[in-house]
Amino acid sequence: MVTALRPKPGPVRSYRFPQFTDEKLASGIRLVTAPVEKLPVVTVLVVVDAGSANDPPGKEGVAALTAATLLEGTSRLSGSELAETFERLGTSVDSGADWDSAFAKITMLSERLDDAVSLLGQVLSEPSFPDREVERLKAERLAEILQLETEPRGLADEKFSEFLYAAESRYSKPDEGSAESVSALSRADVEQFYRARYRTESTTVIIAGDVSLENVRALVEKAFSGWVSGATLDQQLTATARTSLKSVHIIDKQNAPQSELRVGHVGLPRKNPDFFPTLVMNAVLGGLFGSRINLNLREARGYTYGASSYYDWRRGPGPFVVSTAVQSEVTAPALREIFLELERMRRDLISEDELSLARDYLDGVFPIRYETTAAIASALASLVIYGLPADYYDTYRNRVRSVSVEDVLQAARAHLHPSELQTVVVGDAKVIRDSLAKLQIGDVKVHEA
Amino acid sequence: MRIPVETFHLDNGLFVTLSEDHTAPIAAVNLWYHVGSANEKTGRTGFAHLFEHMLFQGSAHVGSNEHFELIQRAGGTLNGSTWLERTNYFETVPSNELALALWLEADRMGELLPAMTQEKLDTQRDVVKNERRWAVDNQPYGTMLEKMQELVFPPSHPFQHSLIGSMEDLSAASLDDIAQFFATYYTPDNAVLSIAGDFDSKEALALIREYFGPIPKGKGKPPLPPMSLPPVFGSRKREVVYDNVSLPRLFLAFRSPIFGSDEYYAASVTAALLGMRKGSRLQRALVRERQIAADAGAFTFDLAKGSDILVVDVTARPETPVAQLEEEVEREIDLLCREGASGEEVQRAIALIETDLVASLQSAGERADRLSMFATYFGNPELINQQVDSYRRVTAERVNELVSERFSEANRASLIYVPREGVESESMLAAAAGAS
Repeated sequence: MVTALRPKPGPVRSYRFPQFTDEKLASGIRLVTAPVEKLPVVTVLVVVDAGSANDPPGKEGVAALTAATLLEGTSRLSGSELAETFERLGTSVDSGADWDSAFAKITMLSERLDDAVSLLGQVLSEPSFPDREVERLKAERLAEILQLETEPRGLADEKFSEFLYAAESRYSKPDEGSAESVSALSRADVEQFYRARYRTESTTVIIAGDVSLENVRALVEKAFSGWVSGATLDQQLTATARTSLKSVHIIDKQNAPQSELRVGHVGLPRKNPDFFPTLVMNAVLGGLFGSRINLNLREARGYTYGASSYYDWRRGPGPFVVSTAVQSEVTAPALREIFLELERMRRDLISEDELSLARDYLDGVFPIRYETTAAIASALASLVIYGLPADYYDTYRNRVRSVSVEDVLQAARAHLHPSELQTVVVGDAKVIRDSLAKLQIGDVKVHEA
Repeated sequence: MRIPVETFHLDNGLFVTLSEDHTAPIAAVNLWYHVGSANEKTGRTGFAHLFEHMLFQGSAHVGSNEHFELIQRAGGTLNGSTWLERTNYFETVPSNELALALWLEADRMGELLPAMTQEKLDTQRDVVKNERRWAVDNQPYGTMLEKMQELVFPPSHPFQHSLIGSMEDLSAASLDDIAQFFATYYTPDNAVLSIAGDFDSKEALALIREYFGPIPKGKGKPPLPPMSLPPVFGSRKREVVYDNVSLPRLFLAFRSPIFGSDEYYAASVTAALLGMRKGSRLQRALVRERQIAADAGAFTFDLAKGSDILVVDVTARPETPVAQLEEEVEREIDLLCREGASGEEVQRAIALIETDLVASLQSAGERADRLSMFATYFGNPELINQQVDSYRRVTAERVNELVSERFSEANRASLIYVPREGVESESMLAAAAGAS
C-alpha cells in the first residue's frame, strides 16, 4: 500500500533570475549580458526594432522577408557559404520578424563563441540581399501560404485576425504577408526596409550563458562595427476592431471531422497597467490545464483534446482569443459553453481556491521557465522590446502574488467584452451552420476556404 | 562536460537513476514504463495511449484530475507521452516539492484501479478520439506515422499498427482491459524512475523507498513476438496517398540500425548530413540550388528493437510535379551512394548534433528523460555521458559503409502525399485532352 499521507512541501529554496548587465556601446548598440555558469553553452540573440508592425502599407511581409534574407549572403560570403561556416561551428542562425522586432539567434558551445559572433556581426551589418535569394524566399513564403489552405489551425488563426481587426490595421494581415503583398515585394523593398530600420541605435545584442563580460564586450564592439548609426522612427499602428457587433464567420471545409474555433476580441497592449491581474484572470479562465474552459470542454464533456485562452501580448493591442478544436457535431454546444464561461468570469468573484491555483502556478513555475540560455535570452529580449524595467523579473513573483479575487473580477469586467466577441469556425458549414445561427452569437456568414 | 549518474534497484525491481545539479531550485521526476503500442493486443490499437490518459484520472488517494492540479499548484509542469516502445510520465517541480511528485507517481503505480470508472473511461475515449481528429485526421500529412508504420513493417510485426489507434478499437476498450494492462505492465520491475536537478540523493532515495517500496513486483509480461528483421526491405516499396494537402510531400524511408548501436550513430549522422539545416545536402541541392522543394529534412525514429527507420522528408514547391520530386530526391540519394560523403560534411553534421545535445541537457526534464531512456533500453543510464563520444567517433568511412549497406534500391520505401484536388483537376485535364 502506498501511504495515504500527502507529503508537505519543504522549505522554499531561493531563486533569482540571472543577473545581467545592460550597457550602450560606443557604436550605439545596446549590449545585455547574463553570464550563466552551468553547461558550456551560449545563446546570442540580436533584436532589432524592425518587426512586422513596421511594414509599410502594401508591403506587408517585408520585415519578415528582410530578416530571412539577412542569411542569404554578405559582401564577403554567399548564402550557402554562410550557412556552412555557421554549421561547421555547430550552430545555425534562426532569423525572422515578430510583430515588434526582428531577431537573429544562435546557440553554440562556448568555445566557438568568438567565431560565431564575428560571423553574426557580418550578417547583420553587411547583408547583400541577392536578387535570386529574395525571389526564392518569396516563392517559399507563397508555398507556405498555399499550405495554410489545408491546415485548419493556421487558417483559423489567420482568418480570426482578418475578421477581428479593421482592414487598415497591420494586425488584420498575416505577419509574414499575404500572397498579394509578398508577390509584389522586390529586392529594393528589402534593401530600403533594412536601411530605414537596421541601425545601431535600434539594435540590442543579448548574450546569455557561459561567457565573461569583458570578452563579450570586446567581441561585440568588433563584430558589429562599421554599421549605420542613428535611431529609427516609430510607425503609428492602428489596431481598432473591424466591428463592435458580434459576428460568426464559418470558413467552409466540407467533411471536416472537427471544427477549429477561435473566439475573441481586441485585447490589450503589453504595457497596460492591468497586465498582472489580467494574466491571473486568464490563467483561471483558460491559461492552465485546470482552467475553467479546459475542464469544462475537455474533462467534463470530452468535446476536445484541449481548449485554452490567451492574450497575445504585443506593443499594440493584440488579440484576446479562446482557441480549441471540437468534434463537428458539438460545435454549437462548445461555443455556448465558451460564451457562458466568459460571462461567468465577469459576473462572479472566482473562489480563493481558483485564485491560489493560478497564482501559485505562475509564481512557482518561474524558475522552471529559465533553465536554458535560449529562454534567458528571450526573457531579456522582452525587457528590451516592451521597455520593461530592469527589476521586472526580480519583482514578477511578488506582483503575481499580490493579485486578489477582487482584482481578477475587475480585470475580467474591464478586459473581457462578451458583446464584442468575434467567432471564426473552420469546419463543415452544412453540419454546423443552422445550430450556430440559433445560438444568437452574431450574424453567421459562410466563406469559401 | 559530465552529467553525474547514480543508480539503485529497489527489491521490487524498480530501477532508480539520480542526477544531482544544484544550479537552480528545480527537480525533474521522470518515469518510463517499458510498454508502448508494440505491446497492444490485436483489436486494441491505441490502447497504450488511451491508458496514458487514464493515468491522469486519479488513483486510490488522488482525485480525478487532481494529479494535474496538485503539480500545477506546486508551480510544476507535467505531461506524459506514448511511443511504440515505451510510455513516459514526467513532472518538473520547484525542488521543495519533489516529495509530492514522487508520491503522486507512486500512488498511481501502486493503486490506480480503485479510481477507474466507466464514466472516466468514456470521457477520455472521447478526448482521445478528438486528439486523433485533431492531430491525424484533420491535419495535413497527419496520417504519416501510421501509414509509414504500415508500409515499412511486415503485417503482425509489433511496430506495424497505429499508435493513436483506430476509432473502432478505441470504442472497444473496456475497464477490464484497463485492469489487465495495469497488472501486466504498470509494475515497478517494468519501470525506470529518474530524478534530475536540485535534491539530495540520500533524502530522495529514502522518499523513493517509502513511497515505491511497498508496491509489489509484477508477475512478468508476455514476450513480444519476434522483432528482428533483415537489414533491408528486399524490394522497393511505394505508396501514394491522395489527400487533403496543398503540396506534394515525399517520405522516403530506409530500414536502418537500431537505436544505440554503433551503426545507429553513423545512421543518425547520415540523416543530419542529408537533411539537418541549410547546409545539408538536400536543403542545399533541392531547396536552394534547384528550387524544386519548399523544405527538406531527415530523421530517425530511434527504435531500439527490431529495426530502426531513417526517413528523408521533402515537401515540393507548388509547381514541382510529383514525379520530379521523387526523381530528384532519389538522384541525391544515388549521388551519395556513388560518390560518398566527405569528412567535412560529416564534421558539420556532428558539430550540429553535439550543440543540440549539450543545449538540450540544460533542462532537468530532458536529463531525467534521457537517463530513463538509456536505463530502460540498455540498463545503463551512464550512456547519457557517452553520446557525444559515440557521435564523434563517426567517420566518413563509417557513414559510407552505412550508406552502401542501407541505401540501395532494395531498401527504399516511398510514402507520397499528393493533393487530392490536383489529382482531380489533372485527371479532368487528361479527360479533356483525350476527348479532343
